[in-house]
Amino acid sequence: MPQIRINGFQRDVAGDPQMPLLWALRDILGLTGTKFGCGIGACGACTVHMDGNAVRSCITTLAAAAGHEIITIEGISPDGTHAVQRAWTANNVPQCGYCQPGQIMQAAALLKQTPKPTDQQIVDAMSGNICRCGTYQRIQAAIKSAAESI
Amino acid sequence: MSTIVNMSRRDVAKGAAFVSGLVLGFHIGGRGLPFAAAATVSRFEPNVYLAIDETGLVTIVAHRSEMGTGIRTDLPLVLADELEADWSRVKIVQAQGDPKYGDQNTDGSRSTWQFYQPMRVAGATARQMLEAAAGQIWRVPTEQCRAEHHAIVHVSDGRRLSFGDLVAAAAALPVPSGSALRFKPPSAWRYVGHPVPIVDLGDIVQGRATYGIDVVVPGMKYASIERCPVYGGTVKSFDAAEALKVAGVERVVELTATPMPSGFNPLGGIAVIADNTWAAQQGRQKLKIEWDYGPNASHDTTSYRADLEATARQAGHAVRQQGDVDSALASSTNHISADYFVPYYAHAPMEVPVAIAHFVGTKCETWAPTQNPQGARTTVAQVLGVPETDVTINVTLLGGGFGRKSKPDYIAEAALLSRQIGAPVKVTWTREDEIRHDYYHAICAQHLEAALDGDGRATAWLHRTVFPPIEATFQPNVTYGSAGELQQGVTDMPYAIANVRCENGPAANHVRIGWYRSVYNIPQAFAVCSFADELAAAAGKDPIEYLRQLLGAPRQLDFKAIGVDYPNYGAPLDVYPVDTGRLRGVLDLVARKSEWGQPLPPRQGRGVAVHRSFLTYVAAVVHVAVGTNGQITIPRVDVAVDCGLVINPDRVRAQFEGATIMGIGNALYSNITVKAGQIEQSNFGDYLVARTDITPSTNVHIVESNAPPGGVGEPGVPPIAPAICNAIYAATGKRIRALPVDPAHLKAT
Repeated sequence: MPQIRINGFQRDVAGDPQMPLLWALRDILGLTGTKFGCGIGACGACTVHMDGNAVRSCITTLAAAAGHEIITIEGISPDGTHAVQRAWTANNVPQCGYCQPGQIMQAAALLKQTPKPTDQQIVDAMSGNICRCGTYQRIQAAIKSAAESI
Repeated sequence: MSTIVNMSRRDVAKGAAFVSGLVLGFHIGGRGLPFAAAATVSRFEPNVYLAIDETGLVTIVAHRSEMGTGIRTDLPLVLADELEADWSRVKIVQAQGDPKYGDQNTDGSRSTWQFYQPMRVAGATARQMLEAAAGQIWRVPTEQCRAEHHAIVHVSDGRRLSFGDLVAAAAALPVPSGSALRFKPPSAWRYVGHPVPIVDLGDIVQGRATYGIDVVVPGMKYASIERCPVYGGTVKSFDAAEALKVAGVERVVELTATPMPSGFNPLGGIAVIADNTWAAQQGRQKLKIEWDYGPNASHDTTSYRADLEATARQAGHAVRQQGDVDSALASSTNHISADYFVPYYAHAPMEVPVAIAHFVGTKCETWAPTQNPQGARTTVAQVLGVPETDVTINVTLLGGGFGRKSKPDYIAEAALLSRQIGAPVKVTWTREDEIRHDYYHAICAQHLEAALDGDGRATAWLHRTVFPPIEATFQPNVTYGSAGELQQGVTDMPYAIANVRCENGPAANHVRIGWYRSVYNIPQAFAVCSFADELAAAAGKDPIEYLRQLLGAPRQLDFKAIGVDYPNYGAPLDVYPVDTGRLRGVLDLVARKSEWGQPLPPRQGRGVAVHRSFLTYVAAVVHVAVGTNGQITIPRVDVAVDCGLVINPDRVRAQFEGATIMGIGNALYSNITVKAGQIEQSNFGDYLVARTDITPSTNVHIVESNAPPGGVGEPGVPPIAPAICNAIYAATGKRIRALPVDPAHLKAT
């Protein structure tokens, strides 16, 4: 039974070790903030942090996650006040909102590694995250304002 | 207009979590046309509920579906403003699917224009009852009592009673008639016209918002369905032995196919039932199924496109006719013609179709992200053979809709499976399912011709459009477009040209065709706005200057005079005419704001398009740069919008920003092709959509207007693709007449 530290808690996850972390989070652990979008790592809706790096939980098996520190959207801040969440709120980024947990996790990982990203670094980091509503303009603006606030 | 009944003592609030207090039910006749003549009310069918409890908490029901437009915020906001409520003391409750709410089908960019006025009526009615209650308590004329920020205040001595203090007295009062209602002047609006954050913002950024895919019902099973790769195919035989060996898989059941045209009903297939989503998907991969592919197995987009184009070169049914086009074309020395093509698109909302159903006895309760809660209820009742009153549709947030979630087939799948397995079940489509079994945006071929006189003025206009109609998804043997489809850029062609003929040719359908954000405006505005640019080039004129000439003097299109059946998106033409003056207005605005005419480096250009759809006028200028390898970048887009009265300017802006991105995706990337009846694309690796790297600096310029509100969700999409292609022409001299743009045609030579 894979043991994974999720949002600060050690969890025994009763699932097939080949099961993607995404489905274990959603169907077994009830952490539904992490979204299914494509299942092949092509859209970023399922992005979580593994040891601080943004990974696609839909193609990260439980076996691969075992022994690592996972943070999901539910664990990034106890009260929704992470700098990226504040910037998302201030810029009114979301439309439908479905992809936004993945976008926020991707942006948070970017800013952790590159606190003052250039425009090109923002585009490079965020190009794997699709938003069909088309909130990219505001996502880019929010990342810049979050970078200024950190 | 609206009939309002005091329902404080009635048991009407079941399911909406209302407490005691003042409860008003509102009936809005028919489709709730605002500004329209009175509708006949034959029975009491409330569709909007407002409750105020003794603590002053105002509860407003959102009866339209939230898929990202902000409607779940903005309609309640109108009511709250007119009520003079404090927005921070308003709670929103999402309505279940029920005809008592009136029209809930959230599509066609209709929510605001249909329900803006009924919401004002609702708010004003409650406010006046609260004022009357205060007058009764203070023993003063009602005229001396005025609502102010969640309380009633005496105009001269400043006494106040909060809304909560007044509900008991107000609940005993008669409801004022419509003619007795007094509305707040626009200068007194606290919220309408101001940017207000959506009510779900906090939940969304914390991952707590509940979409359909997030709903959990105790004891729920998880299903994944293998459907026939060809539309209309059926299962000949299947072997589930290997699937049943997968850990977590519990059952494999067949879901009967609906004969074509399948409409809103399920496609059928083989469903794997498991104790989690992953196991169901894994089991599904082990199924062995022999299919009868049926009559669509020869559908091939290469040959089908050629057929559509051949049809477009022949005369079709005339759907608009003025003057003598044939003579004008024949006698012209400057005769221009062009053919345009737009492919099938898939919707690809980020949340795939998903539904949960729990069938017990004869009753079925469902939870789903649906744009069409009542359509879902009807469909589920029909496939189960139970009365609609036995079906409950709980509406969640939608992770995108774009028209896909107007079709409730996935909810009916869950309902049938729940009955079959005797347990609650969640059906989750994979992305591959979504791409391969969609209700596709119609593929479309068009042929246009025009004659120019010696000054370059257009004297004749011929437009033929050929596409599989949406009605073919519901009725057999439908091959011609409806008036509602032809109004979208064909019969409403706004240019002042003496000789005009618009025609529609037949096309048989071989896949499910459905509404996709802005629908037939996508291909038809692409053709019309591209062809106008071609005429400008042929006339040697600046494109914007030429469009001003084409639009002519400001006027309203007289559809009777040109023999056109014009549905006008369901709105009355006297209230919402097609006004070329407003087209000219947005064109002039975008010309001023976009640096139109300023010099650009080589292989860069600006393109323009102007189009009315969903009662709203939009002009776009796109600045494009074309690399020597044909690669396109879009530094800047300016969009000018006249959508009449604006409820929430920030959400209007957001819709046009997003529509710009979707328009770019339609123009540059997205393309569904079919071979041997099977969709060739499968996921975001081969069905391409716009990503953040193509994002332009996007400037939305909103016209200040007191005109009745128009649509906002869809009208931003149609002008983007033609403006991009017109910009490519300005940059390279090469015309793009087929989407998506092929960069190979744009390499520097």
